[in-house]
Amino acid sequence: MVYQLVIVAVFLPLAGFLVNGLLGRKLNNETLSGILGSATVGVGFLIACILFAAMLGAPPEERSHIVPFFPWINAGALTSGFSYQVDQLSIVMMLIVTGVGFLIHVYSIGYMHGDRGFWRFFAYLNLFIFAMLNLIMADNFLLLFLGWEGVGLCSYLLIGFWYDRKFDKGTTGDAAKKAFVVNRIGDFGFLIGMFLIVVTFGSLTFESVFAQASAMQVGTPVIMWTTLALFLGATGKSAQIPLFVWLPDAMAGPTPVSALIHAATMVTAGVYMVARCSVLFALAPTTMLVVAAVGACTAIFAASIGLAQNDIKKVLAYSTVSQLGYMFLGLGVGAFAAGIFHVLTHAFFKALLFLGSGAVIHAMHEEQDIRKMGGLKEHLPTTYKTFLIGAIAIAGIPPLAGFFSKDEILWRTFSGGYWPLWLIGVTGAGLTAFYMFRLVTLTFDGTPRWDTGKHPHEAPRTMTVPLIVLAALSVIGGFVGVPSSLGGGNAIEHWLEPVFERAHEKMLLTDHGSVEVEYLLMAVSVAIAAAGVYFGRLFYLRRKDVPARVVHSAPGFYKLLVNKYYVDEAYEAAIVTPTVQGSERLLWKGLDVGVIDWTVNALARLFGWISQTVRVVQTGVTESYVFVFLLGVVAILGWLLFR
Amino acid sequence: MSIPLPYVLGLSAILFAIGVTGVLTRRNAIVVFMCIELMLNAVNLSLIAFAASMADITGQALVFFAMAVAAAEAAVGLAIVIALFRNRQTINIEEINILKW
Repeated sequence: MVYQLVIVAVFLPLAGFLVNGLLGRKLNNETLSGILGSATVGVGFLIACILFAAMLGAPPEERSHIVPFFPWINAGALTSGFSYQVDQLSIVMMLIVTGVGFLIHVYSIGYMHGDRGFWRFFAYLNLFIFAMLNLIMADNFLLLFLGWEGVGLCSYLLIGFWYDRKFDKGTTGDAAKKAFVVNRIGDFGFLIGMFLIVVTFGSLTFESVFAQASAMQVGTPVIMWTTLALFLGATGKSAQIPLFVWLPDAMAGPTPVSALIHAATMVTAGVYMVARCSVLFALAPTTMLVVAAVGACTAIFAASIGLAQNDIKKVLAYSTVSQLGYMFLGLGVGAFAAGIFHVLTHAFFKALLFLGSGAVIHAMHEEQDIRKMGGLKEHLPTTYKTFLIGAIAIAGIPPLAGFFSKDEILWRTFSGGYWPLWLIGVTGAGLTAFYMFRLVTLTFDGTPRWDTGKHPHEAPRTMTVPLIVLAALSVIGGFVGVPSSLGGGNAIEHWLEPVFERAHEKMLLTDHGSVEVEYLLMAVSVAIAAAGVYFGRLFYLRRKDVPARVVHSAPGFYKLLVNKYYVDEAYEAAIVTPTVQGSERLLWKGLDVGVIDWTVNALARLFGWISQTVRVVQTGVTESYVFVFLLGVVAILGWLLFR
Repeated sequence: MSIPLPYVLGLSAILFAIGVTGVLTRRNAIVVFMCIELMLNAVNLSLIAFAASMADITGQALVFFAMAVAAAEAAVGLAIVIALFRNRQTINIEEINILKW
C-alpha cells in the first residue's frame, strides 16, 4: 500500500539527523552535510506529493488512512503507538512542512556557508523535521505530544545555535531558555488536557476520542476544561497572548531557523492541534469564544508593536504573532478550513519574507537595524522583488495569497455574527499593510544609510532560488481557496470538509451575510490594505516628517510601542522576579538553609555533644573495663535469679 | 561414695572469686591472664560437678571443648603479650592505655 511510504518520509530525517549529528564533525564537509540534510527532507516532500496524488485519485470517503508502524506503550486498556494518520488535514500540513522545509534547507546551504557548526545546524534541522512530521502525522495525542516536545527542543537548540553571541541584554542562550520555559508552561496545559481526555474517553487515539465526542452534548463542562487546557498548550506553541513573549526573542537564532520554525511550521502546530481537535472545541462554545477573542486581540496587539520596531527580524516576528492571531480567530469562529488555509499561505509568504530578510542581513554583514539600511533595491534586485511580493501578499492585496485566506477568515468572522472581532481584525490588517511597507521602504528604498565601507551584494543561487520559488507560491498559493462568491471553487475548504464534518454538525453556524455584504467587506479590507500600503510608502519615502511629528505628539504611546507594551517587564516583575526572589529567600535561605540544613546540623551537634560527654568513660585502663563488665554480669545474673 | 555437690560448687565459686579479684587488682598482664584461666577452670569444675551429679555426659564433653578453646586462647593471648612487650618494653597494663580516646 502506497500509504506505508509515510513511515519512510517520517524516519528519513531522523536518519539524516543521526548521520549528520554523529559523523558530521568527522566528515567536515559542507557539501555533503548540506546535500544529505536537504535530500532527506526533499524525499519526504516527494513522498508527500505521491500520497497527495493517491488521495486525489481516491473517492473522498477513502482518503483517510491509519498506517501503524509499531506499538509504543501498551498499558492495560490504554495503548499508543507510532501510528500515522494520513488524511486530508495531515497531508496539507505534510506538504507545507516538507515543501517549505526543503526550500529552507537548500537556502541554509548558502546562508550557513563557512559556519563552524554547519553540520550541527543541518542535524538540528533534520531532527526538527522528524519531530514536526510526528506531530502532524500522529494518530494519537501521545505521539503528537512527542512531536510537540521534539519541536520545542529543536527550537531551543536552534535559537541558541550561536550560543556565544550577544543578544539583547544577554546571550542567545537566554533567548533559547526563555522560549523553552514559556513553551513548557503551554505544555503543562497540554498535558492536563491529555489527562482529562484519558479520564473522559479512556483513550488517546484521535479516532476513538472524536467518535465518542461526536456523541456528546454541546456544553459538557469537562470538555470545556479539556479544550481550555489544550488551548493553553496552543498559545504556548503558537505564541498567542499570554505566552507570545518568546517568539520575538526567538529571532536570536539563524535566519533560516526563524523562517522554518518560528514562522512557517512549528508555530502553526497549535493551529493544527486545535483544527485536529475541532470536534472537542465545537462541543465547548465558551472555549471557541476564548480562542476567537485571544486570536483577535493577539492579531492587533502584535501588529501595533510591529509599527515601532526597528529590527528587521523583530518586525517580522511580531507580524508572525499577529498572523497566528488571525488563524486562531478563524478557528474560534468555526472556520477551521479558513484557519488551515491561512496556515498554508502564511507559510509561503512568511518563509519568503524571513529568507529575504536573511539575504539582506547577509548582505549588510549581520546588520539588522532598518534605520541603518535603505537603498538596497539596486544592490539586491532579486531579494527586493521577492520581498516585495511577500509584503504585498501579507498586506492582503488581491490576487496574492494573503488576500484570500485573510479575507476568508474575516468574512467568516463577520458572517458568524462576531462583528467586534471583525472590526479588530480589519484594523489589524490595515496596520499589517502599513508596517510591512514601512519595512520595505526603509530597507530597500530611499538613500543608503549604511557605512560606505560596506558593499552589499546579491546572495548566492542556493539562497535566491528558494526565494523565487516561495515568491511564486505566494502569488499563486491563494488560488486553492478562492471563495465561491468570486467564482472560485474554494477547493481547500471542500478538501478539508470531511475532517471537520463532525465539528460542523455540533455547531450552529449562523450566516448573517449575503453575497453583496461579502463584496462590500472585501472592498473595505482591500481599501484598508491599500491605504496601509500607501501611507507606509508615503510616510517613509516622501513625507518623513509625518512619523516624526506623530511620535512627537504622542511620545508616551510611541514609547509604549517601542517597548512592546512593557509585557516582558511586566512578566519579569510579576512572575520572574517573585519566583527568583521566592526561591532565593524562602526556598533557599528559608527552607533549605533554615530548616533542612539547620535540622541536620543540629542533629550532628547533638551527637557531638553526647560523644564529648560520654567519651570520658573510655579510660583505656583494662581493669575498669573488666570491672564494668563484671558489674554487668552480676546485674544480669541478679536479674535472672531474683526477678 | 562421692563428694557432695555443694562442696565442689563452693570450691568452684571460691576459685572464680580469686580469679576475678586477680583480674581486677593485679597489674602484670601475665598474672591477669593466669587469673582469667583460673576463672575459666572454676567454671569447668562446676560443669563437671553438675555432670557427675546429674549423670549426664554432656557437661564433661563441654569441658573438653572449653579446654581446647582455652588452649588456643592462651596461645593468642601470650602472643599478644609478647608483641606488646616488644613494642612498649612493659607488660604493666596500667601503662598500656593506647585504646583510650
